Amino acid sequence: MSSAVKTQNLLKGLDYSVLQQCMHCGMCLPTCPTYVETKEERNSPRGRIALMRAIADEELEITKAFGEEMYYCLGCLACTSACPAGVNYSELFETARADVEKSAVLASPKRDFIRWSVLRILFTRPRLLRLVGRTLWLWQASGLQSLARRAGLTKLLPKNLRRLEPQAPTIRAKFSHQLIRPIEKPAAPKRRVLVLTGCVQDLAFSDVNRATVDVLLANGCEVHTPPVQPCCGSLHAHNGDTDTARVLARRQLDLINPDDFDAIISNAGGCGSHLRAYDHLLHDDPVYTQRAAAWSKKLKDIHEYLVEINFRKPAAPLGSPLAGAPSTVTYHESCHLCHGQKVSSQPRAILKSLPGVELRECAEAQWCCGSAGIYNITQPDTSAWLQDRKIGHLAATDAQVVATANPGCHLQIQSGLAAHGHPATEVAHPVVLLARAYAAESDHF
Amino acid sequence: MSEIQLMDELKARLGADRVLTAREDILPYGFDGTATLKQLPACVVFPRDAADVSTVLKLAREHRAPVVTRGSGTGLSGGSVPLPGAVVLCLVKMDRILEVDTANLTLRAEAGAITQKIYDAADAVGLFYPPDPGSMKISTIGGNVAENSGGLRGLKYGVTRDYVMGLEVVLADGSICWLGSKCVKDVAGYNLRDLFIGSEGTLGVVTQVLLKLLPKPAARQTLLATYTAMDAAAETVSAIIAAKIIPCTLEFLDQKTLRCVEDFAKVGLPRDAAAILLVETDGHPAAVADEAAKIEELCRAHGASSVRRAATAAEAAQLATARRSAFSALARLRPTTILEDVTVPRSELASMIRAVEVIAKKHDLNIATFGHFGDGNLHPTILTDERNTAEMHRVELAFTEIVDETLKRGGTITGEHGVGLAKKPFLKRQLGDASYDLLRLVKKSLDPEGLLNPGKIFD
Repeated sequence: MSSAVKTQNLLKGLDYSVLQQCMHCGMCLPTCPTYVETKEERNSPRGRIALMRAIADEELEITKAFGEEMYYCLGCLACTSACPAGVNYSELFETARADVEKSAVLASPKRDFIRWSVLRILFTRPRLLRLVGRTLWLWQASGLQSLARRAGLTKLLPKNLRRLEPQAPTIRAKFSHQLIRPIEKPAAPKRRVLVLTGCVQDLAFSDVNRATVDVLLANGCEVHTPPVQPCCGSLHAHNGDTDTARVLARRQLDLINPDDFDAIISNAGGCGSHLRAYDHLLHDDPVYTQRAAAWSKKLKDIHEYLVEINFRKPAAPLGSPLAGAPSTVTYHESCHLCHGQKVSSQPRAILKSLPGVELRECAEAQWCCGSAGIYNITQPDTSAWLQDRKIGHLAATDAQVVATANPGCHLQIQSGLAAHGHPATEVAHPVVLLARAYAAESDHF
Repeated sequence: MSEIQLMDELKARLGADRVLTAREDILPYGFDGTATLKQLPACVVFPRDAADVSTVLKLAREHRAPVVTRGSGTGLSGGSVPLPGAVVLCLVKMDRILEVDTANLTLRAEAGAITQKIYDAADAVGLFYPPDPGSMKISTIGGNVAENSGGLRGLKYGVTRDYVMGLEVVLADGSICWLGSKCVKDVAGYNLRDLFIGSEGTLGVVTQVLLKLLPKPAARQTLLATYTAMDAAAETVSAIIAAKIIPCTLEFLDQKTLRCVEDFAKVGLPRDAAAILLVETDGHPAAVADEAAKIEELCRAHGASSVRRAATAAEAAQLATARRSAFSALARLRPTTILEDVTVPRSELASMIRAVEVIAKKHDLNIATFGHFGDGNLHPTILTDERNTAEMHRVELAFTEIVDETLKRGGTITGEHGVGLAKKPFLKRQLGDASYDLLRLVKKSLDPEGLLNPGKIFD
């Protein structure tokens, strides 16, 4: 069996120079949350790469311990920002996780069922996902959820689910397609863009999608928003299911022709990081290589694009200062926005443009909040430690609003703030704040 | 007695969670920051304090197992690369800063404390810990002492040795001793403290360090001078020193290096320059302004095509951080990056650079050069591929010639990285027979059974 595993070993199939790129200087260590937590090399980027290289060199089998290590890694990519040598950790990490799944060292009936139902069923069928979202909304909006909580029924849930239940996103009454028309035009369109609405963003933060369209309209963009969009596949790629990730990427490219638009806009850090790497994901695809390359060139994070087109700075509202409007904001950087996409100054430029608002920097703004995709489900202890650390730094700024641009971070920080006694602190996407500022310009008192 | 028995005893005495033995756990301890060297140890142990270290050394002695001490494993001479069957004694979990004494300007920390944290702790009370090795964000103070690390500020402020006032050391037999004191003057007995600084883990295990701190300089100014020829940059360095100016930092980067650094750090380095000098002066604001003006004048007089001054402290810090990434950033060019550390008297700099260029050409190798030129400390870095045996052979030949050229000029085979494994073959040539034998005599008396990092520095 071991030889069978070896021949399938995807790490071995990688261009060896990707593995060799790491010269183990250790510059990544202080930025890696799991290394800082344990101070053991195996839990560091350099240590993990050493294990991957040992597998490629056939000095180590793909073992259960290796599998666990690959899922202990947050995939936050802080190491890639710290790495002077430019190691492509993202590719190594996704390949290693795919190896772990292929060799089934972590397989169990429960894990397999969850992976299958989430990755293969729920997040490949956008209409089904919306149906589940609608059901969850009914549960929350009808009062059944709070009734169940008050009656203590949630205590009957298994421990893991009980812990996560308060973190379940509050589903919006209206999803993106109910808030956004397929094509919306400003008075005098200067550019044509397409907005990707995401999966969790679509169900729990459709207001962010609406705001994204609003700020683009306010900056002369004709905005196209297909009402039904496939999942981008980031969840799959980050969790070792590259095959499904490729299927979903091809589906996306079938739906959207990048040549029709000046830019394709993503507003979720995690999705954007994966979306802009379609060129690499499909680099050896017989049909889609070119289209994927064109796609990656057009793919822009919303903040990045707004700064690129020199977005209009909102004017102070009439009768300012706006009574009751938040005047202090701090910014938590989504890992996959700052490390994955290297978009860091642009969201700040947007926040600084808000009239009468002071941006207060927090410590460790680029540290993971512990959400990390589904990490808060798979590694609750480390996730909670990171959440506490993050909330401490955010609270220290005493800002009224925490701005962040990724749905996972949004939920994690929201539930953390509530749990730490800061329920009044608002969590908001920078674009929502910008849309609000544009809207306030014309408000009369 | 067997390895397994030793591991069981270590677990029993220190606790199972303090001893790593699984293959997945110990594989990442098989190397440090040095290219091409690796060796799997028997186990990795995390002591809590000097008493734990003493326990480990005594057990290792009973079982005749070699002990390799390490911190964060960022060394550049293979000093902490394990040996077969070795116990790796990893001190990173002993990382507390124990005392900042503002009355005596000292700081006491455990050996695993991170250099950057020591700098920050001093900075927070208006004091200054100058040694700043490239890896200071993660290197441990114990590792800095063991290698006597230098850094960018070596020219004006010296190296780690110049700041160590006292050490707690565990000897090979497990006894714990304290060497040195908080006294500025202290001549009681032999200066044994200095013996352990730069001893690369071969004489004992440093578990605590007492450091000297300085008042924080009131002002700093950073200048970036751009050159169209490497020679001109080297001559500027000699001119600055000859003008009796000792800047805090005087760094050189050639074109290959500065391009790699710029690709990573994006701080606006001139990609077309043949070389740049990064100069920092610090001290009293008036002195800094005066020195900066003189340095700028000297740079221009010696062929700098432009001289830029950092406008803010943040910009200056960015430039220094970018420079610290030079070695790792060079890894962008080829799969294997082998860093040299030869140092020559400063008057020999320009000719040494030319010699390195000739050697690179002769052996058809890609060599980038950067370094602390104010110290005469060069880092010619060979960019190669360890899987190409023919090329690796040429690398070895080139190294030998670089060493020849260095020694010919009265230089040293290592300025700040240590001998470790990488420089071991060349040490005897530099020291001569009597000095070399003296080293072995010291080793023999402190570690008679040869269990502390054996095979490092010399066989």
